[in-house]
Amino acid sequence: MNPRTPRALSIISRVTAIVCLLFAIASTVHGTDIPLDQRRSGYLDLGHDSKAMQDDDTINPATLWVQDGEELWNQKVGAASRACADCHQDATVSMKGVAARYPTFSVARNGPVNLEQRINLCRGEHQQAPPLAYESRELLALSAYVGRQSRGMAIAPPDDSRLVPFIEAGRKLFNRRIGQIDMSCAQCHDDNWGKKLAGSLIPQGQPTGYPIYRLEWQSLGSLQRRLRNCMSGLRAEAYEYGAPENVNLELFLMWRARGLQLETPAVRP
Amino acid sequence: MARQLINVPAKVKRGQVFEIKTLISHIMETGFRFTTTGDKIPRDIVTTFSCSYNGEEIFRADLYPAISANPFLDFFTVATESGTLDFKWAGDNGFSETASAKIVVE
Amino acid sequence: MGRTKPVATRRAVMLGGLAGSLAATIRLEPAQATPERMRAAIRNVVGEASVRKGRVDLEVPPLVENGNTVSLAVSVDSPMTTTDYVKTIHVFNEKNPQPNVISVHLGPRAGRAKFSTRFRLADSQIVTAIAEMSDGTFWSASADVIVTLAACVEGI
Repeated sequence: MNPRTPRALSIISRVTAIVCLLFAIASTVHGTDIPLDQRRSGYLDLGHDSKAMQDDDTINPATLWVQDGEELWNQKVGAASRACADCHQDATVSMKGVAARYPTFSVARNGPVNLEQRINLCRGEHQQAPPLAYESRELLALSAYVGRQSRGMAIAPPDDSRLVPFIEAGRKLFNRRIGQIDMSCAQCHDDNWGKKLAGSLIPQGQPTGYPIYRLEWQSLGSLQRRLRNCMSGLRAEAYEYGAPENVNLELFLMWRARGLQLETPAVRP
Repeated sequence: MARQLINVPAKVKRGQVFEIKTLISHIMETGFRFTTTGDKIPRDIVTTFSCSYNGEEIFRADLYPAISANPFLDFFTVATESGTLDFKWAGDNGFSETASAKIVVE
Repeated sequence: MGRTKPVATRRAVMLGGLAGSLAATIRLEPAQATPERMRAAIRNVVGEASVRKGRVDLEVPPLVENGNTVSLAVSVDSPMTTTDYVKTIHVFNEKNPQPNVISVHLGPRAGRAKFSTRFRLADSQIVTAIAEMSDGTFWSASADVIVTLAACVEGI
Protein backbone atom coordinates (compact mmCIF):
# COMPACT_ATOMS: atom_id res chain seq x y z
CA MET A 1 0.00 0.00 0.00
CA ASN A 2 1.09 3.60 -0.41
CA PRO A 3 2.39 4.50 3.08
CA ARG A 4 1.42 8.10 2.69
CA THR A 5 -2.33 7.68 2.35
CA PRO A 6 -4.26 8.80 5.43
CA ARG A 7 -5.50 5.24 5.97
CA ALA A 8 -2.00 3.77 5.77
CA LEU A 9 -0.64 6.41 8.12
CA SER A 10 -3.39 5.66 10.63
CA ILE A 11 -2.58 1.91 10.51
CA ILE A 12 1.15 2.57 10.87
CA SER A 13 0.65 4.91 13.80
CA ARG A 14 -1.70 2.47 15.52
CA VAL A 15 0.74 -0.42 15.04
CA THR A 16 3.59 1.76 16.31
CA ALA A 17 1.54 2.71 19.36
CA ILE A 18 0.77 -0.94 20.10
CA VAL A 19 4.41 -1.91 19.67
CA CYS A 20 5.47 0.92 22.00
CA LEU A 21 2.89 -0.15 24.54
CA LEU A 22 4.15 -3.74 24.37
CA PHE A 23 7.71 -2.53 24.90
CA ALA A 24 6.57 -0.45 27.86
CA ILE A 25 4.77 -3.44 29.37
CA ALA A 26 7.72 -5.68 28.66
CA SER A 27 10.12 -3.31 30.36
CA THR A 28 7.94 -2.93 33.46
CA VAL A 29 7.55 -6.70 33.71
CA HIS A 30 11.30 -7.07 33.18
CA GLY A 31 12.23 -4.23 35.51
CA THR A 32 14.23 -1.41 34.05
CA ASP A 33 18.03 -1.71 34.20
CA ILE A 34 19.58 0.79 36.57
CA PRO A 35 21.29 3.48 34.44
CA LEU A 36 25.03 2.80 34.41
CA ASP A 37 25.92 6.04 36.18
CA GLN A 38 23.40 5.42 38.98
CA ARG A 39 24.78 2.05 40.00
CA ARG A 40 26.29 1.97 43.45
CA SER A 41 27.99 -0.53 45.70
CA GLY A 42 26.38 -1.48 49.00
CA TYR A 43 29.54 -0.13 50.64
CA LEU A 44 28.20 3.40 50.25
CA ASP A 45 25.20 2.59 52.45
CA LEU A 46 27.23 1.06 55.28
CA GLY A 47 27.43 2.72 58.66
CA HIS A 48 30.69 4.38 59.67
CA ASP A 49 31.88 1.43 61.76
CA SER A 50 31.17 -1.19 59.10
CA LYS A 51 33.00 0.88 56.49
CA ALA A 52 35.97 1.06 58.89
CA MET A 53 35.78 -2.70 59.39
CA GLN A 54 35.99 -3.29 55.65
CA ASP A 55 38.70 -0.71 54.95
CA ASP A 56 41.13 -1.87 57.64
CA ASP A 57 42.58 -5.36 57.06
CA THR A 58 43.76 -5.43 60.68
CA ILE A 59 40.18 -5.35 62.02
CA ASN A 60 38.29 -7.03 59.16
CA PRO A 61 37.35 -10.56 60.33
CA ALA A 62 37.57 -11.67 56.66
CA THR A 63 41.34 -11.33 56.98
CA LEU A 64 41.33 -14.60 58.95
CA TRP A 65 40.09 -16.34 55.80
CA VAL A 66 42.47 -14.47 53.50
CA GLN A 67 45.38 -15.59 55.66
CA ASP A 68 44.11 -19.18 55.56
CA GLY A 69 43.86 -18.86 51.80
CA GLU A 70 47.48 -17.81 51.54
CA GLU A 71 48.49 -20.85 53.58
CA LEU A 72 46.41 -23.18 51.39
CA TRP A 73 47.80 -21.59 48.24
CA ASN A 74 51.23 -22.80 49.25
CA GLN A 75 50.20 -26.23 50.51
CA LYS A 76 50.98 -29.30 48.40
CA VAL A 77 47.81 -31.39 48.02
CA GLY A 78 46.40 -34.33 46.13
CA ALA A 79 47.92 -37.33 44.42
CA ALA A 80 50.04 -34.94 42.35
CA SER A 81 51.34 -33.35 45.58
CA ARG A 82 51.20 -29.95 44.00
CA ALA A 83 50.43 -26.53 45.44
CA CYS A 84 48.61 -23.72 43.63
CA ALA A 85 51.90 -21.84 43.94
CA ASP A 86 53.73 -24.52 41.95
CA CYS A 87 51.89 -23.44 38.79
CA HIS A 88 50.71 -19.95 39.64
CA GLN A 89 53.69 -18.76 41.67
CA ASP A 90 53.06 -15.54 43.58
CA ALA A 91 49.31 -14.96 43.77
CA THR A 92 49.79 -11.24 44.33
CA VAL A 93 51.07 -11.13 40.75
CA SER A 94 49.41 -14.01 38.90
CA MET A 95 45.95 -13.64 40.39
CA LYS A 96 45.70 -9.89 39.90
CA GLY A 97 42.51 -9.21 37.92
CA VAL A 98 41.31 -12.82 37.96
CA ALA A 99 38.37 -12.53 40.34
CA ALA A 100 37.31 -9.33 38.56
CA ARG A 101 36.55 -11.25 35.38
CA TYR A 102 34.80 -14.30 36.79
CA PRO A 103 32.53 -16.19 35.97
CA THR A 104 34.22 -17.22 32.73
CA PHE A 105 33.46 -19.79 30.05
CA SER A 106 34.78 -23.26 30.72
CA VAL A 107 35.29 -25.52 27.71
CA ALA A 108 35.30 -28.54 30.00
CA ARG A 109 31.88 -27.60 31.35
CA ASN A 110 30.59 -26.09 28.11
CA GLY A 111 29.25 -23.24 30.16
CA PRO A 112 30.20 -20.59 32.69
CA VAL A 113 31.98 -21.43 35.92
CA ASN A 114 32.46 -19.17 38.91
CA LEU A 115 35.71 -18.78 40.83
CA GLU A 116 34.92 -21.52 43.36
CA GLN A 117 34.18 -23.98 40.55
CA ARG A 118 37.37 -22.95 38.75
CA ILE A 119 39.37 -23.65 41.92
CA ASN A 120 37.82 -27.10 42.16
CA LEU A 121 38.43 -27.77 38.45
CA CYS A 122 42.10 -26.91 39.00
CA ARG A 123 42.26 -29.16 42.05
CA GLY A 124 40.88 -32.10 40.09
CA GLU A 125 42.80 -31.53 36.88
CA HIS A 126 46.20 -30.39 38.14
CA GLN A 127 46.45 -31.46 41.78
CA GLN A 128 44.45 -34.70 41.53
CA ALA A 129 42.74 -33.64 44.71
CA PRO A 130 39.03 -33.99 45.51
CA PRO A 131 36.89 -30.86 45.17
CA LEU A 132 36.38 -28.68 48.23
CA ALA A 133 32.80 -28.52 49.46
CA TYR A 134 30.83 -25.35 48.71
CA GLU A 135 30.95 -22.92 51.66
CA SER A 136 33.70 -24.94 53.31
CA ARG A 137 36.26 -22.87 55.16
CA GLU A 138 39.00 -23.98 52.74
CA LEU A 139 37.12 -23.06 49.58
CA LEU A 140 36.04 -19.71 51.03
CA ALA A 141 39.61 -19.05 52.15
CA LEU A 142 41.01 -19.70 48.68
CA SER A 143 38.36 -17.61 46.91
CA ALA A 144 38.87 -14.82 49.49
CA TYR A 145 42.64 -14.94 48.96
CA VAL A 146 42.35 -14.94 45.16
CA GLY A 147 39.60 -12.32 45.26
CA ARG A 148 41.68 -10.06 47.50
CA GLN A 149 44.26 -9.78 44.71
CA SER A 150 41.69 -7.98 42.57
CA ARG A 151 40.66 -5.50 45.25
CA GLY A 152 40.40 -2.01 43.80
CA MET A 153 40.08 -3.21 40.22
CA ALA A 154 37.06 -2.70 38.01
CA ILE A 155 34.73 -5.66 37.57
CA ALA A 156 35.46 -6.72 34.00
CA PRO A 157 33.32 -9.55 32.62
CA PRO A 158 35.08 -11.13 29.62
CA ASP A 159 33.97 -10.05 26.16
CA ASP A 160 33.14 -13.63 25.23
CA SER A 161 30.24 -14.35 22.85
CA ARG A 162 29.94 -17.86 24.29
CA LEU A 163 28.75 -16.31 27.58
CA VAL A 164 25.94 -14.27 26.03
CA PRO A 165 23.18 -16.92 26.16
CA PHE A 166 24.08 -17.61 29.80
CA ILE A 167 23.97 -13.94 30.73
CA GLU A 168 20.52 -13.83 29.14
CA ALA A 169 19.47 -16.89 31.12
CA GLY A 170 20.68 -15.13 34.25
CA ARG A 171 18.76 -11.99 33.33
CA LYS A 172 15.56 -14.02 32.92
CA LEU A 173 16.09 -15.53 36.38
CA PHE A 174 16.66 -12.06 37.82
CA ASN A 175 13.31 -10.95 36.41
CA ARG A 176 11.33 -14.04 37.27
CA ARG A 177 8.84 -13.97 40.14
CA ILE A 178 9.52 -16.75 42.62
CA GLY A 179 8.26 -18.19 45.87
CA GLN A 180 5.20 -17.74 48.00
CA ILE A 181 5.98 -14.05 48.15
CA ASP A 182 5.92 -14.15 44.35
CA MET A 183 8.44 -11.44 43.66
CA SER A 184 11.46 -11.16 41.41
CA CYS A 185 14.94 -9.88 42.24
CA ALA A 186 14.34 -6.98 39.87
CA GLN A 187 11.27 -5.74 41.71
CA CYS A 188 13.37 -4.93 44.78
CA HIS A 189 16.85 -4.40 43.44
CA ASP A 190 16.11 -2.65 40.13
CA ASP A 191 12.82 -0.91 40.86
CA ASN A 192 12.96 -0.13 44.58
CA TRP A 193 16.60 0.13 45.60
CA GLY A 194 17.23 2.90 48.06
CA LYS A 195 13.85 2.46 49.72
CA LYS A 196 13.29 0.64 52.99
CA LEU A 197 11.88 -2.83 53.55
CA ALA A 198 11.01 -3.57 57.18
CA GLY A 199 13.52 -0.95 58.34
CA SER A 200 16.38 -2.26 56.21
CA LEU A 201 17.69 -0.37 53.22
CA ILE A 202 17.13 -2.19 49.91
CA PRO A 203 20.49 -2.26 48.11
CA GLN A 204 20.94 -2.59 44.35
CA GLY A 205 22.49 -5.99 45.00
CA GLN A 206 25.77 -5.34 43.19
CA PRO A 207 28.18 -8.20 44.07
CA THR A 208 31.16 -5.93 44.54
CA GLY A 209 32.87 -7.69 47.42
CA TYR A 210 32.35 -11.43 47.47
CA PRO A 211 33.07 -13.50 49.42
CA ILE A 212 31.75 -11.13 52.08
CA TYR A 213 31.89 -11.05 55.85
CA ARG A 214 28.20 -10.70 56.48
CA LEU A 215 27.26 -9.30 59.90
CA GLU A 216 24.09 -11.42 59.82
CA TRP A 217 26.13 -14.62 59.37
CA GLN A 218 28.99 -13.45 61.60
CA SER A 219 31.05 -15.34 59.05
CA LEU A 220 32.42 -15.23 55.53
CA GLY A 221 30.16 -16.48 52.73
CA SER A 222 29.86 -16.65 48.97
CA LEU A 223 27.54 -14.89 46.55
CA GLN A 224 25.61 -18.12 46.08
CA ARG A 225 24.98 -18.32 49.80
CA ARG A 226 23.57 -14.81 49.68
CA LEU A 227 21.40 -15.61 46.65
CA ARG A 228 20.05 -18.72 48.35
CA ASN A 229 19.24 -16.65 51.43
CA CYS A 230 17.30 -14.18 49.31
CA MET A 231 15.38 -17.00 47.66
CA SER A 232 14.42 -18.60 50.95
CA GLY A 233 13.46 -15.13 52.14
CA LEU A 234 10.91 -15.12 49.33
CA ARG A 235 9.75 -18.55 50.47
CA ALA A 236 11.06 -20.14 47.31
CA GLU A 237 13.06 -23.32 47.05
CA ALA A 238 16.60 -22.14 46.50
CA TYR A 239 18.79 -23.67 43.80
CA GLU A 240 21.59 -25.89 45.08
CA TYR A 241 25.14 -24.62 45.35
CA GLY A 242 26.78 -24.95 41.96
CA ALA A 243 23.46 -25.31 40.14
CA PRO A 244 23.55 -23.80 36.64
CA GLU A 245 20.81 -21.36 37.65
CA ASN A 246 22.99 -19.96 40.43
CA VAL A 247 26.01 -19.67 38.16
CA ASN A 248 23.95 -17.95 35.43
CA LEU A 249 22.59 -15.53 38.01
CA GLU A 250 26.10 -14.85 39.27
CA LEU A 251 27.27 -14.28 35.71
CA PHE A 252 24.41 -11.86 35.02
CA LEU A 253 24.98 -10.00 38.29
CA MET A 254 28.69 -9.52 37.60
CA TRP A 255 27.81 -8.30 34.09
CA ARG A 256 25.26 -5.92 35.64
CA ALA A 257 28.03 -4.64 37.97
CA ARG A 258 30.63 -4.21 35.18
CA GLY A 259 32.90 -1.28 35.83
CA LEU A 260 32.19 -1.06 39.57
CA GLN A 261 35.19 -1.56 41.83
CA LEU A 262 35.79 -4.94 43.44
CA GLU A 263 36.11 -4.69 47.24
CA THR A 264 36.78 -8.32 48.15
CA PRO A 265 36.56 -9.25 50.95
CA ALA A 266 33.79 -6.78 51.82
CA VAL A 267 31.70 -6.32 54.97
CA ARG A 268 27.94 -6.19 54.57
CA PRO A 269 25.02 -6.10 57.10
CA MET B 1 44.58 -22.25 59.99
CA ALA B 2 44.66 -18.58 60.95
CA ARG B 3 43.08 -18.30 64.34
CA GLN B 4 43.99 -14.82 65.51
CA LEU B 5 44.63 -11.38 64.14
CA ILE B 6 46.91 -9.21 66.25
CA ASN B 7 47.94 -5.71 65.41
CA VAL B 8 50.39 -3.57 67.34
CA PRO B 9 52.55 -0.73 66.06
CA ALA B 10 56.04 -1.79 64.94
CA LYS B 11 57.83 0.86 66.98
CA VAL B 12 56.71 3.18 69.76
CA LYS B 13 58.34 5.87 71.88
CA ARG B 14 58.82 5.31 75.59
CA GLY B 15 55.84 6.68 77.49
CA GLN B 16 53.64 6.75 74.40
CA VAL B 17 50.13 5.28 74.69
CA PHE B 18 49.64 2.80 71.86
CA GLU B 19 46.71 0.78 70.51
CA ILE B 20 46.46 -3.02 70.46
CA LYS B 21 43.91 -4.68 68.19
CA THR B 22 42.99 -8.32 68.63
CA LEU B 23 40.56 -10.64 66.87
CA ILE B 24 40.13 -14.37 67.36
CA SER B 25 38.24 -16.90 65.28
CA HIS B 26 35.44 -18.25 67.50
CA ILE B 27 31.76 -19.00 66.95
CA MET B 28 30.63 -17.52 70.32
CA GLU B 29 27.58 -19.79 70.42
CA THR B 30 25.25 -18.05 72.85
CA GLY B 31 23.44 -21.04 74.28
CA PHE B 32 20.12 -19.35 73.54
CA ARG B 33 19.63 -20.74 70.05
CA PHE B 34 17.64 -23.81 69.03
CA THR B 35 18.01 -26.30 66.19
CA THR B 36 15.18 -26.78 63.69
CA THR B 37 14.10 -29.82 65.74
CA GLY B 38 13.82 -27.77 68.94
CA ASP B 39 16.99 -28.86 70.71
CA LYS B 40 18.97 -26.16 72.51
CA ILE B 41 22.42 -25.54 71.04
CA PRO B 42 24.80 -25.56 74.02
CA ARG B 43 26.77 -22.44 74.92
CA ASP B 44 30.31 -22.29 73.57
CA ILE B 45 31.96 -18.94 74.11
CA VAL B 46 35.27 -17.35 74.96
CA THR B 47 34.88 -16.24 78.58
CA THR B 48 38.15 -14.46 79.35
CA PHE B 49 40.85 -12.60 77.51
CA SER B 50 44.03 -11.21 78.98
CA CYS B 51 47.08 -9.38 77.75
CA SER B 52 50.45 -9.28 79.51
CA TYR B 53 53.33 -6.96 78.74
CA ASN B 54 56.67 -8.56 79.61
CA GLY B 55 54.86 -10.82 82.01
CA GLU B 56 52.69 -8.23 83.75
CA GLU B 57 48.94 -8.20 83.06
CA ILE B 58 47.88 -4.90 81.53
CA PHE B 59 44.37 -5.74 80.32
CA ARG B 60 41.72 -8.34 81.10
CA ALA B 61 38.17 -8.81 79.89
CA ASP B 62 35.27 -11.07 80.92
CA LEU B 63 33.21 -11.91 77.86
CA TYR B 64 29.54 -12.88 77.85
CA PRO B 65 27.35 -14.47 75.11
CA ALA B 66 26.44 -10.95 73.97
CA ILE B 67 29.88 -10.57 72.39
CA SER B 68 29.71 -11.22 68.64
CA ALA B 69 31.39 -14.17 66.92
CA ASN B 70 35.06 -13.70 66.10
CA PRO B 71 35.49 -11.54 69.20
CA PHE B 72 37.23 -8.26 68.53
CA LEU B 73 38.96 -6.31 71.31
CA ASP B 74 40.82 -3.07 70.85
CA PHE B 75 42.56 -1.45 73.83
CA PHE B 76 45.50 0.69 74.90
CA THR B 77 48.66 0.51 76.99
CA VAL B 78 51.65 2.69 77.84
CA ALA B 79 54.99 1.82 76.19
CA THR B 80 57.47 1.03 78.95
CA GLU B 81 60.30 -1.07 77.49
CA SER B 82 60.80 -3.32 74.46
CA GLY B 83 59.62 -6.87 74.81
CA THR B 84 56.70 -9.18 74.24
CA LEU B 85 52.96 -8.82 74.50
CA ASP B 86 51.32 -12.12 75.37
CA PHE B 87 47.65 -12.73 74.66
CA LYS B 88 45.51 -15.46 76.13
CA TRP B 89 41.93 -16.50 75.42
CA ALA B 90 40.05 -19.09 77.47
CA GLY B 91 36.50 -20.33 77.29
CA ASP B 92 33.93 -23.11 77.38
CA ASN B 93 34.84 -26.71 76.59
CA GLY B 94 38.42 -26.11 77.64
CA PHE B 95 39.03 -23.55 74.93
CA SER B 96 42.49 -22.08 75.30
CA GLU B 97 44.60 -20.12 72.83
CA THR B 98 47.62 -17.90 73.05
CA ALA B 99 49.44 -15.52 70.79
CA SER B 100 52.26 -13.04 71.15
CA ALA B 101 53.65 -9.96 69.47
CA LYS B 102 56.95 -8.18 69.80
CA ILE B 103 57.03 -4.50 70.69
CA VAL B 104 60.02 -2.24 70.11
CA VAL B 105 60.25 0.79 72.38
CA GLU B 106 62.79 3.48 71.65
CA MET C 1 -35.13 -40.11 77.30
CA GLY C 2 -34.69 -37.26 79.73
CA ARG C 3 -32.41 -34.35 78.94
CA THR C 4 -29.29 -33.87 81.10
CA LYS C 5 -29.06 -30.37 82.45
CA PRO C 6 -25.70 -28.63 81.58
CA VAL C 7 -23.61 -27.94 84.69
CA ALA C 8 -23.59 -24.22 84.23
CA THR C 9 -24.04 -23.40 87.86
CA ARG C 10 -23.12 -19.95 89.09
CA ARG C 11 -20.23 -21.41 91.11
CA ALA C 12 -18.76 -23.15 88.04
CA VAL C 13 -18.86 -19.96 86.02
CA MET C 14 -17.22 -17.94 88.84
CA LEU C 15 -14.41 -20.46 89.38
CA GLY C 16 -13.84 -20.68 85.65
CA GLY C 17 -13.53 -16.92 85.43
CA LEU C 18 -11.10 -16.75 88.37
CA ALA C 19 -8.89 -19.45 86.88
CA GLY C 20 -8.85 -17.58 83.59
CA SER C 21 -7.77 -14.30 85.15
CA LEU C 22 -5.09 -16.03 87.26
CA ALA C 23 -3.72 -17.67 84.13
CA ALA C 24 -3.56 -14.26 82.54
CA THR C 25 -1.49 -12.79 85.41
CA ILE C 26 0.92 -15.68 85.88
CA ARG C 27 2.83 -15.28 82.58
CA LEU C 28 5.47 -17.93 81.99
CA GLU C 29 8.40 -16.15 80.36
CA PRO C 30 11.68 -17.64 79.21
CA ALA C 31 14.80 -16.37 81.00
CA GLN C 32 15.10 -12.87 79.66
CA ALA C 33 16.92 -9.72 80.55
CA THR C 34 14.53 -7.01 81.54
CA PRO C 35 15.22 -3.51 82.81
CA GLU C 36 14.76 -4.99 86.31
CA ARG C 37 17.27 -7.79 85.72
CA MET C 38 19.71 -5.25 84.33
CA ARG C 39 19.30 -3.12 87.46
CA ALA C 40 19.95 -6.25 89.53
CA ALA C 41 23.08 -7.04 87.54
CA ILE C 42 24.27 -3.47 88.04
CA ARG C 43 23.54 -3.68 91.80
CA ASN C 44 25.65 -6.84 91.85
CA VAL C 45 28.62 -4.83 90.69
CA VAL C 46 27.95 -1.50 92.33
CA GLY C 47 26.44 -2.60 95.62
CA GLU C 48 24.78 0.25 97.50
CA ALA C 49 27.06 2.96 96.02
CA SER C 50 25.45 5.63 93.90
CA VAL C 51 26.16 5.75 90.19
CA ARG C 52 26.65 9.20 88.73
CA LYS C 53 26.03 10.09 85.11
CA GLY C 54 29.08 11.46 83.34
CA ARG C 55 32.76 10.93 82.50
CA VAL C 56 31.83 7.89 80.43
CA ASP C 57 31.34 8.08 76.69
CA LEU C 58 29.44 5.24 75.02
CA GLU C 59 29.81 5.12 71.25
CA VAL C 60 27.31 2.85 69.52
CA PRO C 61 25.39 3.46 66.26
CA PRO C 62 21.90 4.81 67.02
CA LEU C 63 20.43 2.65 64.27
CA VAL C 64 22.28 -0.62 63.78
CA GLU C 65 22.54 -2.38 60.43
CA ASN C 66 22.46 -5.79 62.04
CA GLY C 67 21.89 -6.76 65.65
CA ASN C 68 24.35 -9.65 65.35
CA THR C 69 27.40 -7.45 65.07
CA VAL C 70 27.22 -3.97 66.58
CA SER C 71 30.33 -1.84 67.05
CA LEU C 72 30.83 -0.52 70.57
CA ALA C 73 33.46 1.84 71.94
CA VAL C 74 33.56 2.99 75.57
CA SER C 75 35.93 5.63 76.85
CA VAL C 76 36.20 7.21 80.29
CA ASP C 77 37.56 10.63 81.16
CA SER C 78 40.43 9.79 83.53
CA PRO C 79 44.12 10.77 83.83
CA MET C 80 45.00 7.07 84.30
CA THR C 81 47.76 7.78 86.82
CA THR C 82 48.76 5.38 89.58
CA THR C 83 46.51 7.26 92.01
CA ASP C 84 43.61 8.13 89.74
CA TYR C 85 42.55 5.55 87.20
CA VAL C 86 39.66 3.44 85.92
CA LYS C 87 39.57 -0.02 87.50
CA THR C 88 36.77 -1.62 85.54
CA ILE C 89 34.26 -0.82 82.84
CA HIS C 90 31.08 -2.93 82.76
CA VAL C 91 28.57 -2.90 79.90
CA PHE C 92 24.95 -3.95 80.40
CA ASN C 93 21.87 -4.33 78.23
CA GLU C 94 18.18 -4.56 79.08
CA LYS C 95 16.56 -6.86 76.49
CA ASN C 96 19.04 -9.57 75.47
CA PRO C 97 18.58 -13.02 77.04
CA GLN C 98 20.94 -11.95 79.80
CA PRO C 99 22.03 -8.53 81.07
CA ASN C 100 25.85 -8.58 80.87
CA VAL C 101 27.83 -7.73 77.76
CA ILE C 102 31.45 -7.40 78.87
CA SER C 103 33.57 -6.37 81.84
CA VAL C 104 36.95 -4.85 81.13
CA HIS C 105 39.67 -4.58 83.79
CA LEU C 106 42.13 -1.75 83.38
CA GLY C 107 44.74 -0.06 85.52
CA PRO C 108 47.29 2.76 85.38
CA ARG C 109 49.26 0.88 82.71
CA ALA C 110 46.38 1.29 80.26
CA GLY C 111 47.29 4.89 79.56
CA ARG C 112 43.89 5.48 78.08
CA ALA C 113 40.58 4.23 79.49
CA LYS C 114 39.12 3.17 76.20
CA PHE C 115 38.22 -0.09 74.54
CA SER C 116 36.26 -1.24 71.49
CA THR C 117 34.46 -4.46 70.70
CA ARG C 118 31.54 -5.86 68.68
CA PHE C 119 28.45 -7.19 70.39
CA ARG C 120 24.93 -8.51 69.85
CA LEU C 121 21.64 -6.77 70.44
CA ALA C 122 18.43 -8.77 70.31
CA ASP C 123 16.08 -5.82 70.11
CA SER C 124 15.94 -2.03 70.27
CA GLN C 125 17.04 -1.17 73.80
CA ILE C 126 19.15 0.89 76.14
CA VAL C 127 22.82 -0.05 76.57
CA THR C 128 24.57 1.13 79.75
CA ALA C 129 28.28 1.39 80.57
CA ILE C 130 29.44 1.77 84.18
CA ALA C 131 33.00 2.69 85.13
CA GLU C 132 34.44 1.90 88.54
CA MET C 133 37.18 4.34 89.54
CA SER C 134 40.18 3.76 91.76
CA ASP C 135 38.57 6.03 94.36
CA GLY C 136 35.57 3.73 94.56
CA THR C 137 33.13 5.99 92.72
CA PHE C 138 30.92 4.78 89.87
CA TRP C 139 30.10 6.71 86.71
CA SER C 140 27.80 5.78 83.86
CA ALA C 141 26.47 6.57 80.42
CA SER C 142 23.62 5.05 78.42
CA ALA C 143 22.65 4.93 74.78
CA ASP C 144 19.35 4.17 73.15
CA VAL C 145 19.87 1.83 70.20
CA ILE C 146 17.35 0.94 67.51
CA VAL C 147 17.69 -2.56 66.08
CA THR C 148 15.71 -3.64 63.04
CA LEU C 149 15.53 -7.28 62.10
CA ALA C 150 16.94 -8.58 58.86
CA ALA C 151 14.24 -7.95 56.26
CA CYS C 152 14.41 -11.28 54.46
CA VAL C 153 14.61 -13.97 57.10
CA GLU C 154 16.83 -16.73 55.86
CA GLY C 155 16.25 -20.39 56.49
CA ILE C 156 19.48 -21.74 55.05
